[in-house]
Amino acid sequence: MSWFIQTCRSSLGKKYIMALTGFLLGGFLLVHTIGNSTIFWGREAFNAYAHHLHSLGIFVPIFEIGLYSIFFIHVITGVLLWLQNRKARGPQKYEVQTNPGGRTWGSQTMIYTGATIFVFILIHLANFHFVEKTEVLTISDIVTKVLNNPGFTLIYIIGMSVLALHISHGFWSLLQTFGINDPQYNAPIRVVTWAVAAIMITVFVLITLLLVVSQNQLLG
Amino acid sequence: MSSKTINIIVKIWRQNGPHAKGSFEDHALKDISTGSSFLEMLDVMNEALANKGIEPIAFDHDCREGICGMCGAVVNGTAHGPEKETTLCQLHMRSFKDGDTIIIEPFRATGFPVVKDLIVDRSALDRIIQAGGFVSVNSGSPQDANSILIPQHIAEQAMDAAACIGCGACAAACPNAAPMLFIGAKISQLALLPQGQHEAKTRAVNMVSCMDENGFGNCGNERVCENVCPKGISIRHIARMNREYLKGSFFRDE
Ligand code: SF4
Ligand code: FES
Repeated sequence: MSWFIQTCRSSLGKKYIMALTGFLLGGFLLVHTIGNSTIFWGREAFNAYAHHLHSLGIFVPIFEIGLYSIFFIHVITGVLLWLQNRKARGPQKYEVQTNPGGRTWGSQTMIYTGATIFVFILIHLANFHFVEKTEVLTISDIVTKVLNNPGFTLIYIIGMSVLALHISHGFWSLLQTFGINDPQYNAPIRVVTWAVAAIMITVFVLITLLLVVSQNQLLG
Repeated sequence: MSSKTINIIVKIWRQNGPHAKGSFEDHALKDISTGSSFLEMLDVMNEALANKGIEPIAFDHDCREGICGMCGAVVNGTAHGPEKETTLCQLHMRSFKDGDTIIIEPFRATGFPVVKDLIVDRSALDRIIQAGGFVSVNSGSPQDANSILIPQHIAEQAMDAAACIGCGACAAACPNAAPMLFIGAKISQLALLPQGQHEAKTRAVNMVSCMDENGFGNCGNERVCENVCPKGISIRHIARMNREYLKGSFFRDE
């Protein structure tokens, strides 16, 4: 086991952890996107989907604990890397800061977009997860109520945009970390990783906007 | 090509020793030939300083033809200056305009402590090489060259990686101060060829752990390194290192 701990503590090991947990969180996000799209088919479909999820019984808390663990490992490793990198960069900054090429908006802001997403997820969970759901007040009512509040509409749209920025670097970056880089595939990989991020985020933003323009979608 | 002259202002880092506090110093230089190299411009400046009884600026250099990796400084925010795939010694003053202010700083990173002025201690890179950047071969009589078959495209890639001159610009420019491009190049160069394959796994693990011990940061796939590397080394070699390290950690076969 000592080799395993040694690997996890090394710089590359931490990168693998970031890449793997990032990949799993991205996978969750994809499922979440597909599930939430049931909203486009109206109240019945959406409530049925939520109901269906909850009928999984014991798997729900197991899945939640797994997801939270992956999430916290991603956050803690990310913060550790950030602190180490600051230390490695040293206290004396360069007088002139330039980008000789390579850096993107996404890559430069990973820690900040990460922190923003962290706060956003706390708000998101408080809105929808840790609230009392009853027969009368179903999840679709709660979603409609929250997203119709202009403050929350804004928070959700900002949250989604920041997430898009994070994934725009993250998805490609995790492939590079796992050594997937070949001139033959690099251009398509870049396009696909951007497209996946864009599609997922567009769906979420559309849901938010849909509920703003058409409240009746979920009140049925 | 006709050579003209320019007047420039050089804003250069001065630091007396590793623990001294450094600061910038301004020098106005007149009639610098655009045909001269960047280091020759520094020579001209140093001569003028010496004539005035001021201590010249200390900077590293050796071959002055872009092959040894000794030179290097950050010029106007870019390691090795504004020209792509060009070492500082191969940079020419024709890349600058009359009246320009040129800001010159040493390579900065915790792993590269400043020795004096623009000279930094890059011996950490030597220690990383000592940790695994070699092949252990028992010498004997050479065998027939054709008995070790290496496809041309593999040889090409190994040669691309072997072009690394160990200047350290990748780590100096990296937002996370990681010399990953350097290590990736060294690991690739050896892992691609039959002679280096036997030790490929342990090499990757040992070189990366040596890098960690020397106070460098963690690669964030920012790609700045490949954009400042004077030898145009691609991050594809970092990807190969990532694969070798994965194999070396999880499938050691020991
Ligand atoms: S990879 Fe490029 S920048 Fe880094 S040490 Fe080698 S030659 Fe210099
Ligand atoms: S002095 Fe040798 S590479 Fe510049």
